[in-house]
Amino acid sequence: MTTSTIVTAGDQKARRSSRRVEPIYYLFLLPSLVLFTLAITVPGVVGIFFSFTDSIGIGEWRFTGLTNYIAMFSDPAILQSYLFTIGFSIATVIVVNVLAFLLAVGLTARIRLKTALRTVFVIPMVISGIIIAYVFNFLFSNSLPSAGESLGIPALSTSLLANPDLAWVAIVIVTAWQAIPGTLLIYIAGLLAVPGDVYEAAALDGASKGQQLVRITLPLVAGYVVINVILGFKGFLNAYDIIVGLTNGGPGTATRSVAMTIIAGFNGGDYAYQMANATIFFVVAILISLLQLSLTRGRNAF
Amino acid sequence: MSTQPALVVEDAAPLAPDGTPRPRPSKNTATRGERVSWSTTIILILCAVTVLLPLYVTITMALKTTGQAVDGNAFSLPAPFSIDGFVEAWNLTKFPVGAGISLLVTAGTVVATILLAAFASYAIVRNWDRRLFRYSFFYLLAAMFIPFPVVALPQIQLTGRVGLDNPFGVVILATMFQLSFSVLLFTAFLRSIPIELEESARIDGATTWQTFWRLIFPLLAPMSATVGIFAFLYAWNDFMMPSLIISDPALQTLPVRQNLFQNQFSNNYNVSFASYLMAMAPAILAYLFTQRWVMEGVTQGAVKG
Repeated sequence: MTTSTIVTAGDQKARRSSRRVEPIYYLFLLPSLVLFTLAITVPGVVGIFFSFTDSIGIGEWRFTGLTNYIAMFSDPAILQSYLFTIGFSIATVIVVNVLAFLLAVGLTARIRLKTALRTVFVIPMVISGIIIAYVFNFLFSNSLPSAGESLGIPALSTSLLANPDLAWVAIVIVTAWQAIPGTLLIYIAGLLAVPGDVYEAAALDGASKGQQLVRITLPLVAGYVVINVILGFKGFLNAYDIIVGLTNGGPGTATRSVAMTIIAGFNGGDYAYQMANATIFFVVAILISLLQLSLTRGRNAF
Repeated sequence: MSTQPALVVEDAAPLAPDGTPRPRPSKNTATRGERVSWSTTIILILCAVTVLLPLYVTITMALKTTGQAVDGNAFSLPAPFSIDGFVEAWNLTKFPVGAGISLLVTAGTVVATILLAAFASYAIVRNWDRRLFRYSFFYLLAAMFIPFPVVALPQIQLTGRVGLDNPFGVVILATMFQLSFSVLLFTAFLRSIPIELEESARIDGATTWQTFWRLIFPLLAPMSATVGIFAFLYAWNDFMMPSLIISDPALQTLPVRQNLFQNQFSNNYNVSFASYLMAMAPAILAYLFTQRWVMEGVTQGAVKG
């Protein structure tokens, strides 16, 4: 790098104030900026542009203004996908956070096999979502029904995945199975940051274990709860892999997420229409991120 | 992973710089002097069983004969043990090809993410007083707010047009989606490195390029490990992006190849489970050897707001 030899020890002093930026720093930054722009910004802008047209992805197109957006809001398929995705995300966030918090409390208590248990609980995080969904698919459609039959429980004897009203439960279970480790680790960090003497003080005042958990632990890790809830919610809104592996959106379209609706539009020739959907989805993602920023800003202290 | 590894909270018990394990959290004063809670231990072991159950089923199913695999009992032990499932899965999914492509995509994403993010972060932190670099930081960070589905359709279209509808295109896109998170981690870490360290290197006559490679990049190693592990897990496990971007089924990654069993051969459970096992095993093994960094990665830093 010949450019980098320009700076010598001599002009170190001058660098502090109104220095010239060494050219090599531009070289460091440039690849990321260029690739990022080409890979994400350009497709984003192109997509938003085409959401105002009637393009099918190839060939001719013309401007149609807001037609796609107006049609979207009265399209039952799209409304259903938003309803399903948001409902599923809320349910999963609750399940994941309650279980992860309780597990974190257990894993930071005085227990045996602590390291081994922690290792096991994190495993789901490193397994491919689509593959574990296939495994659970087998369990839900083969093992559970046969177990239900032999136990004489008729409710279990049909596959959960074939029931339009209950298939979402299976998706929540598998998504939670995979999402708990990340949430758990953040809660463990939060719990370990709570100083031990507050518990001693509470115990001296006669607080029971349960009271300590609700009155002391929970308020002290409230910041971590906020982070976990928002990060989880943001992630679950993008649900795709696990749903494809479990139900592929079915039965019918009962469990079709927004991401799946957008992708399905590409194959169905609804390119511009689904880009309008994607744009709205983007706005939703931004709103949640802004909520995250405003809620976590004051809590950076931990 | 379908969710971004995302952000990060300060680690309460960081790793010692020499890599020795962190002190046991059980020395936390909260529990000092108390007896071991056996009831909690037992409850947690039962919970751990539910985590391991699907993995147990995967392993035992994979080792069964086709005849035993279809008898409906997922929890029985294989009798007799059979590796026919593995042999057939190996051939059906063209495992060596799929694994090779997955490995290429993963290695490419890991290396590209670490290098690009470290370069950019170094330039940004050292020139923070310059508007261009400051704005670049926020620009790169913006991708954290853009879910892949939002830009997926134009990306499919554009990669197809420029001949990147192949594993190489996936490497570029996956790297770009990992970039925000990685730059965030690297810049936070770089800000904590005292500038004096770098100045002494420069007084010794090192150029910026040399300073980066001899001083900064080695110092970044623990962060690079975290960034690399998340890039690895994402690239190895992802289904959505490769399934949409790679147009030639012969060039698909391992997770995408598993959909073979959803249509055909759907009753040869021993074959499909052997195939699932072969696809997930590398990530689990990698995790077992690097779990300290995986856990740290999730719990370190602080949420940047």
